[in-house]
Amino acid sequence: MTETNAKGAYNLSLFKQHSVLPGFNLALGFTLFYLSLIVLIPLSAAFFRTTELTWAEFWTTVTTPRVMASYQLTFGASLAAALTNAVFGLLVAWVLVRYQFTGKRIVDALIDLPFALPTAVAGIALTALYAGNGWIGQFLEPFGIKVAFTPIGIYVALTFIGLPFVVRTVQPVLEDIETELEEAAAMLGANRLQTFLRIIFPAIFPALTTGFALAFARAIGEYGSVIFIAGNMPMVSEITPLLIITKLEQYDYAGATAIAVVMLVISFVLLLIINLLQWWSRHRNALA
Amino acid sequence: MSIEIRHLSKQFGTFTALHDVNLEVQSGELLALLGPSGSGKTTLLRVIAGLETADSGQVLFNNEDTANQHIRDRQVGFVFQHYALFRNMTIFENVAFGLRVRPKHNRLPDAEIRERVTSLLKLVQLDWLADRYPHQLSGGQRQRIALARALAVEPKVLLLDEPFGALDAKVRKELRIWLRRLHDDMHITSVFVTHDQEEALEVSDRVVVMNEGRIEQIGTPDEVYERPANPFVYEFLGHVNLFHGRIHHGRAIISDIEIEAPEHAEAENVAAIAYVRPHDIEIDRVTNGESALTAHIVHIVSVGPVVRLELSHDDSINKNLVQVEISKDRFRELQLIKGDQVYIKPRRMELFPSHGSSIH
Amino acid sequence: MTTTTISYPDKVRRTSITQEPAWVRWTLIGLALAFLTLFLFVPLVSVFYEGLKKGTDVYFAAITEPDARAAIRLTLIAAAIAVPLNLIFGVAAAWAIAKFEFRGKNILTTLIDLPFSVSPVIAGLIYVLVFGLQGWLGPWLAEHDIKIIFAVPGIVLATVFVTVPFIARELIPLMQAQGTEEEEAAVILGANGWQTFWRVTLPNIKWGLLYGVILCNARAMGEFGAVSVVSGHIRGQTNTLPLHVEILYNEYSYAASFAVASLLALLALITLAIKTFVESKVTQQKVKG
Repeated sequence: MTETNAKGAYNLSLFKQHSVLPGFNLALGFTLFYLSLIVLIPLSAAFFRTTELTWAEFWTTVTTPRVMASYQLTFGASLAAALTNAVFGLLVAWVLVRYQFTGKRIVDALIDLPFALPTAVAGIALTALYAGNGWIGQFLEPFGIKVAFTPIGIYVALTFIGLPFVVRTVQPVLEDIETELEEAAAMLGANRLQTFLRIIFPAIFPALTTGFALAFARAIGEYGSVIFIAGNMPMVSEITPLLIITKLEQYDYAGATAIAVVMLVISFVLLLIINLLQWWSRHRNALA
Repeated sequence: MSIEIRHLSKQFGTFTALHDVNLEVQSGELLALLGPSGSGKTTLLRVIAGLETADSGQVLFNNEDTANQHIRDRQVGFVFQHYALFRNMTIFENVAFGLRVRPKHNRLPDAEIRERVTSLLKLVQLDWLADRYPHQLSGGQRQRIALARALAVEPKVLLLDEPFGALDAKVRKELRIWLRRLHDDMHITSVFVTHDQEEALEVSDRVVVMNEGRIEQIGTPDEVYERPANPFVYEFLGHVNLFHGRIHHGRAIISDIEIEAPEHAEAENVAAIAYVRPHDIEIDRVTNGESALTAHIVHIVSVGPVVRLELSHDDSINKNLVQVEISKDRFRELQLIKGDQVYIKPRRMELFPSHGSSIH
Repeated sequence: MTTTTISYPDKVRRTSITQEPAWVRWTLIGLALAFLTLFLFVPLVSVFYEGLKKGTDVYFAAITEPDARAAIRLTLIAAAIAVPLNLIFGVAAAWAIAKFEFRGKNILTTLIDLPFSVSPVIAGLIYVLVFGLQGWLGPWLAEHDIKIIFAVPGIVLATVFVTVPFIARELIPLMQAQGTEEEEAAVILGANGWQTFWRVTLPNIKWGLLYGVILCNARAMGEFGAVSVVSGHIRGQTNTLPLHVEILYNEYSYAASFAVASLLALLALITLAIKTFVESKVTQQKVKG
């Protein structure tokens, strides 16, 4: 008799620790089945389809000038938008956590609007606003600034959809910073700016980077809010997701899939980085 | 119901939680598992309950192996360290839970459930809280509800994991006495885990001292306190002073003093450590001819009936401060003040060779 | 703005030592609100304004015409399938991950989040690669006259894909924080698996569950990119509300387009309102626990 629980023999005890709670096999089995069916097998289709191309064909497909231009635009605009959100997201989080003002709760609730509002709705709204005759566009037109149907429009749309990420990652960390820490800094002679730069900023930096990365990752794949405002001119204002759709509409499945695989790989790398950042963020907070 | 544990071992990765543990719990006994954190006491309790499985070994209830018994059929009452009260249920429903989830053919009629729960709530003196929710109760009240909930299913064995761990000092003391009385009334075989030696000694019939997954000593509170089996038990149960010295032909030599140690008659010049409890040290202003250690008073704490003195003695080997406890009367008699030179001598001590285990 | 003055509970009252001077405070507040106004509030208001610009008659005509009604119906169908499926998945995944220790748990948790990091367009594409005419199952499906791509099943599948993580990722941290002691206590007291789940676990996670369902539903009803790829844009048949907005917009029926869009914006606002309410409940429950 080496096993005190006869049922233990049926559980792969090396794989799972004993528990008296029921339903593990059912729950995990269903989870894996569902995830495979809905996510993993279809995703793998993209990778299998590219193997129909030779490496050289694949490489040519994903590096034509038009595709390269779309990468440049997608990543450039996403980066600019994520940076904007890092700065203003931090500002918004700071104001929401630290200061009192009328209507704060409503502002706080509305921060998540870009998560809740369908992207197509955001797309047409922003286009209407920034068109030459729109509410905002009419003020920019006299200065020769065109937003709608240019890369700037793409930047505006990506800023909109990425807005909640930085705010929502920084906010809880900022809330958790002990007032005592700042009081201690003040007692030791630091002024407010020094306290912010040396005490508060390092504490929220991992969360800020995480929020930035999340906003960036979301922006790269974004489609709905961008296509209305972008103008979609090849080589100028055509984002990579749109290019995939264009290829698909031309029945160029191999081409569409090749570009999709490049995007997928980049997304997975970003996911990995985000996971590392979140681990870093938690680790930091745990130490504090 | 009696419990017997045979050769129980349990490993978590590279950490040995239990190493070949053997233990018998008599029917109706109140047993304490005492040890520092990581000593395996909670793991042992959870294995007895059936919440964990051991890697090897057996747990027998009334001489019957529990291996093939589902946790539901073991008839064990378990009180969790943080009580694990169902936060979405009222106190009444918490206590009634075990009765309500029984299969239909086995379930009591509603009126009887009501009656049983009410009487249990009266037993723990909290019947007036029946309609509250757990978060509205104080820690001590939650603890008593957790106990009532465990008792509702009429368990054969009651297991309690650090039952007073999360409570403040005053409530702990009250609940301790209350638990002891409750056990005396009900006589249900009970095992509780604690890291607090005072708690273990005060409440239990027998104490099991554990360390690093092994049982160091099993005995009545008096036995383990007065006759610790080894240095670990000695140090774990209450404060103790250590004196480095030698044993030679039945005599212990510590600095200038020699003390009879007949049980070590065969020892030949063996390095040893003498363990002396603070109240087992005699203190005086003058020597009455016998050999004694000289020391100076460094600190005096005279709160309560016992006065605690910290002494430094002028011995090159034994540099630690020595703690001595004397009665307030004796303290007044000696008229001690800080800085005084005094003579001290162990009245009773336990000798262990300095590298390792007991030589009992 | 409304007149609700709220005071967020501050753990320690801030004194002048840990507080910026008033002018800094108000400048920062002003800047933040200016940014939010420009990027959030104005776009939101403009949806309703543009929708109602041509008058309420046009507005109501736009949202009650047959194609719009068909789009509303399809959107509701897609959500009605996607949300319950992902609800069951979320509960199962959270039960396995939060209540048990097993190898590969972290990988599984990451895999669940995968759909969030995949572009919606690619989400649509992969289903075309599996079920489309050129796809793995395409020939077989064509033979048996089953249409998935450019038909309702494709729309539902794409919607399910993009909303997979929502409920699971709300429940996993919540159930992890609640631990397993209450369930263990229930089992010791004699409860079986279902009794433990229905009487102990479920009541403890109900608000988190609702929170996930709301977010999942919002995304399911609003998804555009993924659905767009698999839909085929057949009016009255494979058009969801967001796709209908696009078609109207591309036909220069701006007022109608915004009218339909305003329905979705309204849905977003309701979502945010419920979310805020549920959030306060979740926080309460955490405090209680």
